[in-house]
Amino acid sequence: MKLTFLTAIGAVLLAAPAFGQGVPLQAHLTGPVQPVVKFEIVGKTIPKPLTDQPGDPVRGKRVVTDASNSTCLICHQMPLPEQPDQGQIAPPLDGIGGRYTAAELRLRLVNPKLLTPDTMMPAYYRVDGLTRVQPQYQGRTIYSAQDIEDAIAFLLTLK
Amino acid sequence: MIRPLRLMALLVAVLAGASGVAHAQVAGQTLKNNQVEARKSGYFFLGQQTKTLQDDDFQNPGMFAVDQGANLWRKVEGSEGKSCASCHQNATQTMKGVATHYPAYDEKSKGIINLELVINRERVEKMGAEPYKYESPELLAITSYVSYQSRGMPKNVDITGPAAPFFEQGKEFFFTRRGQIDLSCSMCHDDRAGMLLRGDTISQGQINDFPMYRLIWHTISSAHRMFEWCNTSMRAEPYAYGSPVYLALELYVAWRGRGLLIEAPGVRK
Repeated sequence: MKLTFLTAIGAVLLAAPAFGQGVPLQAHLTGPVQPVVKFEIVGKTIPKPLTDQPGDPVRGKRVVTDASNSTCLICHQMPLPEQPDQGQIAPPLDGIGGRYTAAELRLRLVNPKLLTPDTMMPAYYRVDGLTRVQPQYQGRTIYSAQDIEDAIAFLLTLK
Repeated sequence: MIRPLRLMALLVAVLAGASGVAHAQVAGQTLKNNQVEARKSGYFFLGQQTKTLQDDDFQNPGMFAVDQGANLWRKVEGSEGKSCASCHQNATQTMKGVATHYPAYDEKSKGIINLELVINRERVEKMGAEPYKYESPELLAITSYVSYQSRGMPKNVDITGPAAPFFEQGKEFFFTRRGQIDLSCSMCHDDRAGMLLRGDTISQGQINDFPMYRLIWHTISSAHRMFEWCNTSMRAEPYAYGSPVYLALELYVAWRGRGLLIEAPGVRK
């Protein structure tokens, strides 16, 4: 009886993705090319999440600080004292979770050029309208759809 | 009496227009204070340790290439039994100032040619030797040795006449966003020079230091290798070394740094 109960818990734990782990970072850049999720822009927002799985702020922090994949820290300062060499090109992200909603952040991450055409910030979820993309990146977004959702969940914690 | 003066002024204006303005060293400009108007050598954006490496020829790792180039200068190769020195004698005299004028329009190829490709063409046509592979230690060495003879002289390329369309092509490249990251050269090197990109200060992207010893590469390198590196950092498909596109870009970037003193061999992070 007790054993069965523990087994059941174990099965649940095994089935659920470990918190903060999930899909390995950059799997979308190396594995098969994934179809780009369609999204709807409403005003200056993308109200609906790109994935069914809710954003995971712990994985999101790993996403946005991943030094080998266009991390926010290249240009922005973040309230992460353990991260050395933070960029100073763009506005600091301290408090960004209090300034924008998830829907607003989603549009800004997916394609900030829809708001500010001449911004230097990359569009993290875009495959068209780019020039001379290296073959290994063609048809691939900088972040996966889940990366976007996880990043938003993390940015919202920066109040 | 006023007429000769006017004539002189007109002549100066015409000459300046024809040659694309000759650049003389400006007052106070030295290798350690290498700036003209708003144009600054990448040296300005270096840490003190890297500056010291460049300043001291006994520490400057790029000087190995210069020394190797001095040896290759005298090396007889090819069917004609000649070395560079057979025709050009003492490079410290004959090559002085040569690097300041490259890249340049080339009548023979009806395109832009740079120092590397001129050296290779001389090898083929005058020496009957094989051209060096672009970015080979040998080509970098000769290019470094020749460029070194212009150290301290202002970069002064001609962008007028037949060079003009190539200049425009290079300029367009500089302002075009590219790659998955979707940035143009200009967005960083015009608009954000001096700002911190992660832990590094963005330079103006000047090329008066080439051939340049790059510490993270542990080797001397050409401007085209740096263009390639910048392109692939943007996840953009690069062009080939010595390609017309990179030659046009090199012309534009050389003009962009007009008047900056040649530092070859520069040292950068």
